[in-house]
Amino acid sequence: MSIAFYLIAALTLAGGLAAVLLKNTVHCALALTVAFAGLALLFLELDAQFAGFAQILVYIGAVAILVVFAILLTRGSETPKDGVYSRNWLAGLFIAAAVFAVLGWAVLQSAGGLPQGAVAAPTVTVLQIGNALVSRYVLPLEIVALLLTAAMIGAVIVAMHEKERQK
Amino acid sequence: MLGEGILKGLAETAKNFFGSFVTAERLTTVEYPEERIAPIEAARVFPFLVYDGGDWEAGLRCVACQICEKECPPKCIFIEKSKDKKPDALGKAQFYPAKFDIDISVCMSCQICVEVCPFEAIKMNTEFELATDDRFGGLLLDREHLARSNAYYHAIHATEAARVDAHLAAEKAKADAKAKAAADAAAAKALAPPAGGGD
Amino acid sequence: MTGTMDQIFVLLQHWLTGFLPAAWQGPARVVLSVAVIVGLFPALFALTTVFERKGLGRIQNRIGPNRTGWLGILQPVADGIKSLTKEDIVPLSADGAVHFLAPVVLVVAVFMGFAVLPMGRKMVLVEMDAGLLFFFAMGASTELSVFMAGWSSRNKYSLLGAMRAVAQMISYEVPLLMSSVAVVMITGSLSLTRIVEAQDQYTWGFPHWYIFTPWGFAGFVMYAIAATAETNRSPFDLPEGESELVAGYHTEYSGFKFALFFLGEYLAMFSISGLGTTLFLGGWSAPFSWLGWIPSWIWFFSKLMLSIFVFIWLRGTLPRLRQDQLMNFAWKFVLPMTLLNLMVAALWRFLGEGWERWVICSAILVLAYVAMGRAGMHREHFGPRRYRYAE
Repeated sequence: MSIAFYLIAALTLAGGLAAVLLKNTVHCALALTVAFAGLALLFLELDAQFAGFAQILVYIGAVAILVVFAILLTRGSETPKDGVYSRNWLAGLFIAAAVFAVLGWAVLQSAGGLPQGAVAAPTVTVLQIGNALVSRYVLPLEIVALLLTAAMIGAVIVAMHEKERQK
Repeated sequence: MLGEGILKGLAETAKNFFGSFVTAERLTTVEYPEERIAPIEAARVFPFLVYDGGDWEAGLRCVACQICEKECPPKCIFIEKSKDKKPDALGKAQFYPAKFDIDISVCMSCQICVEVCPFEAIKMNTEFELATDDRFGGLLLDREHLARSNAYYHAIHATEAARVDAHLAAEKAKADAKAKAAADAAAAKALAPPAGGGD
Repeated sequence: MTGTMDQIFVLLQHWLTGFLPAAWQGPARVVLSVAVIVGLFPALFALTTVFERKGLGRIQNRIGPNRTGWLGILQPVADGIKSLTKEDIVPLSADGAVHFLAPVVLVVAVFMGFAVLPMGRKMVLVEMDAGLLFFFAMGASTELSVFMAGWSSRNKYSLLGAMRAVAQMISYEVPLLMSSVAVVMITGSLSLTRIVEAQDQYTWGFPHWYIFTPWGFAGFVMYAIAATAETNRSPFDLPEGESELVAGYHTEYSGFKFALFFLGEYLAMFSISGLGTTLFLGGWSAPFSWLGWIPSWIWFFSKLMLSIFVFIWLRGTLPRLRQDQLMNFAWKFVLPMTLLNLMVAALWRFLGEGWERWVICSAILVLAYVAMGRAGMHREHFGPRRYRYAE
């Protein structure tokens, strides 16, 4: 648990907290982007190069932009007049704490099975990831590809329908 | 084929780029204000008043008929007629402008004043470096600043000036011929025996 | 001697940090390299602005700036002084924090991209196994800054420009990555140093640069198109079209922040050209084996400046593309061509050495280009008007 880990964790937590506490929705989206960046830095600190850079490329480069576009093209960019925080925030806090407790218990349970003492981190190269994707995990890969194709076709159909209705 | 136009365009701009170091045809600008391109003959900027001879006050062709003042679309000409008359090029006594101001900040160079002037007195100048820092009177040119000699007119618009001179000479010749004919008729009448009486 | 000239900067770096205690030498080397990059590329940017203005001037039959210093070389100094002393106007209803951070994010993201470019033999700032992936990750972050700039200005036109710019950058990101993936496939590694080393071989004096292969040439052309679109350069500069949207997403920026946007755009141009030279033009390797005595970093920067001149040349030649023409082009022409290029690169690899693979791959690419050119870029042919009133 080096100083770098604490700094990055603080950044991620700050981003996450800002994402729920800020009033302006677009500010929340940008704070979420900071949280994504923090996660990417955590991956890089653990020497998972591919995961870290893919996180930046996909989450910050695409998902954050998608979130921001969605906020802008709906009416979420206007600050709501009657406050942002819902009335039953206590129940929400309770549920969040419960989820955190479950996750924490799961992580700590599996931590017992890890090798004791300092072990060299396994270097996973992109070559190994690629090999695994096309040999052992080829079914998930193909399903994801199918899903993406379906999403693209759906988007095109939705957009096309609008054009026809206008005519 | 796709991309053919782009390649032709790229070739043309490359020719422009390398040609601009070699030929003047591909580098058409000059380094103003050290060099200046002479304006073409039909260029026009703001009007000026033509005078014949050496003295601008005496030779001014304008007779203050005020047609240009009335026809000017933005009304930028301000004329004040004189009280006395003086003889013009054809010998007739005419008024002359005591004041002739053109506000060049308003003038739109439409040349209508030139087209309607019956005396070929106002023509278009090609001088454009008239910027001044006097905001209130600097762009109101008076009679003295507007007057330019006929020689200057020949220098800036050679063919036009030649045509105008020919026209004016023809008019003068016609007027002279008419005057001569009138003088001859009067002289003949004076020499002829008086009708009736004189025995 | 040539070896020393080639490695002169590395030797200089080691000599300078040799004065420090051993524990500090590693970080000091990194700090020194970073300082050099942060100093060199903005200086190159200043030089490029002069070249651009004079180059565009000559293309347009006029002289460029020539009053400030000999041949106008001090023009960027004048521009720098101007932008530093201009009043920094922030609109009253603008989002202050985001408005301030947008140019910062842009410049930081773009500078990070330089960290993985091999600028000479053994002259990379950070040697990464997934160097190419890192570069594209940093490129993706620039889109966010464009959006931040447009949105925080609270200006309809800035927002419109930002939306267009982001849509354009996302659309052309895919062909950019796809054309690089072909290179990665053939080299077998994401590391940029490995890619350059794979191109640093010679057959009968001719280099093994990827641009001299059919798939490499097609890939390079598409990479160049996508790179021009990514950096919002003419003819893809509608988002910052001066005649349409004032200045698009950087309308409300004045003084130094605008200078930062300008710097960010040019630096993005440098880094993407640097990547293009690394992937397709052989990075720091010499064009002929007998020219190997010229230092490697001279080759890298010459190729970089050549790419910049081509950018300037394109800017002076082509008119601006309309937004829908731009998007049409990206999705209906460039993307299918890059996918085909990927397959052709795979075919190239599996056909093995010999003249057959040259003929087959070139034939497939040329046929596809002609076919897609006719079909994909369907232009309307305007005939005589057959109606009296518009619908």
